[in-house]
Parts: sequence; structure tokens; C-alpha cells
Amino acid sequence: MVVLVQYVHLYLPPLHGWNRFKMIISFLLLASLTIIGTAAAMSLKNLVHCVLALTLGLVGLAGLYLQLGAQFVGFTQILVYVGAVAILAAFAIMMTRSADPTLSNATATFRTSGAVVAVVVFAVLAWAIYYGTAHQPIFTAQPEGSVGQVGLALMHHFVLPLEVIGLLLTAALIGAGILAMDEHRGNQ
Amino acid sequence: MPEIIDQIFVVIKHWFMGYVPGGIQPLASAVLSVVPVMIVFPVLFAITTVLERKGLGRMQNRYGPNRAGWFGILQPMADGVKSLTKEDIVPRTADQLVHFLAPVMLVIASFLVYAVLPIGRNMVIANLNAGVLFFFAIGSMVELSVFMAGWSSHSKYSLLGAMRAIAQMISYEMPLVLASVVVIMAAGSLSTVTIVNMQAGYTWIWPHWYVFTPWGFTGFVIFMIAATAESNRCPFDMPEGESEIIAGYYIEYSGFKFALFFLGEYLGMFATSAMAITLFLGGWAAPFSFLTWIPSYVWFFAKLLAIIFAFIWVRGTLPRLRMDQLMNFAWKFMLPLSLINIVGAGIWHFMPAGFGRWGVVSLLVALSCVLLSRGLRRNKWFHVRTYRFAT
Repeated sequence: MVVLVQYVHLYLPPLHGWNRFKMIISFLLLASLTIIGTAAAMSLKNLVHCVLALTLGLVGLAGLYLQLGAQFVGFTQILVYVGAVAILAAFAIMMTRSADPTLSNATATFRTSGAVVAVVVFAVLAWAIYYGTAHQPIFTAQPEGSVGQVGLALMHHFVLPLEVIGLLLTAALIGAGILAMDEHRGNQ
Repeated sequence: MPEIIDQIFVVIKHWFMGYVPGGIQPLASAVLSVVPVMIVFPVLFAITTVLERKGLGRMQNRYGPNRAGWFGILQPMADGVKSLTKEDIVPRTADQLVHFLAPVMLVIASFLVYAVLPIGRNMVIANLNAGVLFFFAIGSMVELSVFMAGWSSHSKYSLLGAMRAIAQMISYEMPLVLASVVVIMAAGSLSTVTIVNMQAGYTWIWPHWYVFTPWGFTGFVIFMIAATAESNRCPFDMPEGESEIIAGYYIEYSGFKFALFFLGEYLGMFATSAMAITLFLGGWAAPFSFLTWIPSYVWFFAKLLAIIFAFIWVRGTLPRLRMDQLMNFAWKFMLPLSLINIVGAGIWHFMPAGFGRWGVVSLLVALSCVLLSRGLRRNKWFHVRTYRFAT
């Protein structure tokens, strides 16, 4: 808990009294939402429940982005992860698993190795946060109209990467279409 | 005087806020903005159910509801009492929690999107920088609640209905968003208030709405077709096709939960129509310069009712599409056309004003429309229809 509060102090503009209290409370709420959601996604038995819990965690993450003033990233997070990825995951589970999805979570196996991986990842991230650039204040001023800035950056600085990604996604879309094409096309 | 009537709700809110102590002012302001929206739109839903049943009845040569109240005007109250007093049946094998959460989440998502819709001059709950993005992001939560409803009911019909609904919603969400991209390009902003302001002003008596440009008109038509599909209304009501899967994803819901689904569906329809009004029809602006004395919120609701009438009309007129027709229409016609429309909007932006760009963009859009629809009916028209039965 203390670490979390310190984290808030590092990333938020200097606030005092009631406003700081509100920011910390909302941060704690959103953080607990995220953590509970992702923890439930790992521990629930029913895979569809896992997907729904994961969605909850992703919504909490989007809330954190919004709290930090990044509207574009926050709403895109909801649009992509809640609107598309969660549905995709649910469909994938229902179409690939055998009839009953309630009996098929891998919680029983990989428990030790999973814990080891989680601890290692956490250690690396914590190390990066403590010895990285996080101690320098990055919030010099409240960003104004960040959506417009994102658009300008995409259209001026990053036009070539944007085009390349667009090409890649189009190719992937066409490929998916060909894969999913009707097998009996020749018969009709 | 017209200005005062136009701003009457804003003035009343400010007057009321004067009596609220400073500490709870943000909360009181939020409540005062949110509560009217949460009252007005469900009332509009109640009115629309009567209008729809009466209108459909008229189109199908029958009376429609005419028992409760004067000409059946109290029918929604009777329906409400009925659904409140009905037994709430949950199937034994259903996933209790998810089954309960699905309608709740649908209604929450449907109400949230009203936060960014300007329903009058200075009358918007939250003027977000990324308002349009917020609208589509929250709108995509509806799909998840449909999936929750269909899956948790543990019924094959509801699962099939949810599958159909989600496939349809994902397919038509793309043309919906791409059709609104042209407006975002023209207005240079994702904020709904800025988009409405960019359409303000009149040339002689005609307004500067985006629907009166070739790309805007195409975008509006694409948006409305996609909105019909998004709200699962006829002719895109495959997900709840009564003759095939009884009622789709909410077949296992009864009583007030069913009413909540109904409410959520209509609220979604109103919200998408309101978004179409905001993007293409000038928001709350008057259609002619000499009618600006009529308050802005009256114009907004007049436009909304006109679009609702169009929805009812289409429902009474067109037959239901087949699943493959639905998908082909989305992916082979709507999606390419909306992409070409974006190119058209770009050409419009960079060509000098005048009849030249009208001609070029209109030609581009009309030609691609004709070619795409020919491509859609290729190899389809003069064939003997053969049916393959399941073996």
C-alpha cells in the first residue's frame, strides 16, 4: 500500500489537501479493480469467467490512463480490449474447447513455474521503476488537447510506421479472409 | 426572449447552483446534468414503444394498442407494471451472476454514451476532447453484455442469437466508425461540441450541415444503415429472428430483466441516432436561418423523432436479410464504400471550393457505389436456386 501511494506521488502533479486525497482514493480504487480483475482471471475455474474478469482488469487499466489525463489511450484501451479482444478471446474459447468450458482451466498445472515467472517480471519492473527515470518529475504541465497531439504526431513524425502498420494489418485481414473462405466454393 | 427560452434549463441550473454550498458544487452540478437525461430518454423510450406499435399497426392495416388510456397512450405504463410484477425466472443451469450482470451492464453502457451528446446549446454533460471516441468505446461494451447474456443463459437458442448479434455488431461497427471519420476529418476534432459548432452558420437560408456535401451524404447513409444493424432492428434483426431462434440472446430473460434489455436496445438506438444528428445533421441547429428562434433542444428532439420515424418506417417495410447477405453487404459494400468516402472527403478538402469538387467527389462516390453493388450481385442474379439440406 505504501508503495502504491509513493507511486501516485511520483506520477501526479503536486496536489494538496482534498484534491490529493481524491486522487489517491481514485487511484487506489482503480488499482484494486485492476488487480482483482487480473487475479480473478488467473484463479477462476471457468474460462469464460476468466475472460470476463480479465476484461474487468483491462477496464481498470483504462481508468488509470484516464486518471493520468490520457483520454485517447484510455478510450482506445476500452475500444480495443473490451470491444474486440475480450469478444475474440471468448469466441476462441468457445470454438476451440470441447463442449464444456467449465472443466478446463490450467490453474492446477504450472503453478510453481508461473509464480517464478511472475516474481521475476515483478522484480524487473520494480527495479526499472526505482532506478529508471521515474524519479524525475515528468508532469511539467497538464497536457492540453492530447488527442490532437496524438493525431499530429501520427500524421507528421510517424507517418511511415503508420503506413507500414496499415499495410501489415491489411495483409493480415486479407489472409484471414482467405483462411476463413468457404471450402465448398468450387461446388457452387 | 428566444435566447432566454433557448437557455432556460442552463439558467435554471445556474440559479440553483447559487444556493448550493461550495464543497458539494461539483457533485450537485453533475447530478443536475445527469438526472434530466436519465428521465427524458426513458420517457422517450416509453413514447416510442407506443408510436412504433401504432405505426406498425397502421402499416399492417390494423389498429395497434388501443385499450389502455386514450388511443392506447397509457400502454407503456401497463407494460411497465406488467414487467415489474412478472416472475423473474432464471434457468437452473444458468450462470447466476453473469446472467444477472448482463442486462445491468447493457443499460449502464447505454446510459453512459449520453454523456457526450449535445442535446441543445450549452447542454452537454461532458465536453470531452475525445467525445466521439468515448461514444464508440462505450458502445463496444454492448457487445460484451450481449455475449454475457447469450452465454450465461445456457441455452442453445440464446447462444446462437448472441453469436449472430456479435458477428453482426462487429461487422457493422467498422462502417459506422469509418463513416464518422469523414466528419472528424472535416471538423478537425473529436469533440462533439466542436463538431456541432463547425456546422453552425447559414448561406442565405441554408445551413452548413455536413449531410449537404457528397461525402457527408454518403457518410450519413452508411452511418444510418450501420446504426440499424448495430441496434439489431429490422431488416437486420437476425439475432432475434422469431421464426428461427425465438428471441435470440434474451430468450431466457423474463420480467424486468427483459424490460431492461428492451430499454437498453432502444436507448442504444436513440444514442446512435443522436450521434448521427450531431455528426451530420448539425446537432441542435435549426434547419433554416429564419427558424433559429425555436429553442435548440426542440430541434434536437424533432430531428431525433424524425429519425425514429424513419426506423419504424423501415421496420414496417423491409423483410429480414439472410445471414450471408448481411455479412456480404457489410464487408463487400459498406466497408469499401466508407473507405472510398474517406478518400472523397480528402479530395474535397484539398480542391478549391466550387462546383469542381462537387462534381469530382459526387462522381467518385456514385461510381464506386454502382460498381460495388454490381460486384455484390455478381453471379447471383440469374441462377437457379438450389437448396442444400443438412445431412
